[in-house]
Amino acid sequence: MGLQPYLLLSATVFSIGLFGVMTRRNTIGILLGVELMMNAVNINLVAFSRYTAAASGMIFTVFTICITVTEAALGLAIVILLFRVRRTVMADHLDLLKG
Amino acid sequence: MTEQITFAALSIVLVGSALAVVLSKNLFHAVLWLALALTGTAGIFLLLDAEFLAAVQLLLYAGGIITIVVFAIVVTERLIGERLTQTNMRIGGAAFVSVVFLGFIVVVLGRHALPAFRPEMPGDLTRLIGETVLTRYVLPFELLAVLMLVGMLGAIYFARPED
Repeated sequence: MGLQPYLLLSATVFSIGLFGVMTRRNTIGILLGVELMMNAVNINLVAFSRYTAAASGMIFTVFTICITVTEAALGLAIVILLFRVRRTVMADHLDLLKG
Repeated sequence: MTEQITFAALSIVLVGSALAVVLSKNLFHAVLWLALALTGTAGIFLLLDAEFLAAVQLLLYAGGIITIVVFAIVVTERLIGERLTQTNMRIGGAAFVSVVFLGFIVVVLGRHALPAFRPEMPGDLTRLIGETVLTRYVLPFELLAVLMLVGMLGAIYFARPED
């Protein structure tokens, strides 16, 4: 099997994640969409790495997985802080910086 | 032949659960679907001979992130329920942008010749990853450790008890 099916699958998952980021009202839902997009990028990296027989892509996948976990932990901490201050996590209610 | 069947099954699971993540009305169900999607990705990694990455994926993503998200939902639960609409008014526009983006990638992929078969990996992949991380990529690896420490401290600082 060639490389193309893996790239198509990853592009599909990325688009679905993009759709989720654009449509969710809840901040946690937006973070879930970002996780899906990151996941699609990881599939891409591993597939390219396997089909060029180089380990670098897999090492970068380990790095992106670690960075994504850090990002999720920080993002959810910010969501909890937001909830504490504004009593809501809906993105369209968080309009403090809107002119 | 086995590879094609496994790939097709994993693709159906992955795309289906990803759609359920972005479309389900209840946010808690969305998180559970995300767990299925991440597990399906671990299966794709196994199909690509990356056993170590599949294990990391299951431990960090499906284990770690899902737990954190569930806790965050429980803490901010007051306004999250099935009675509240979870999507905004721009579903049509967002679907249009996503489909155009996907079509663009499909067109680009169709124009370039991609490798049709896999080369043999030189030796054990897990051993190769371990050796490369501790030799050539040791500086990014250490920086990553610092980044995770700083991120953890920041998260604890943000979510500290109210005083």
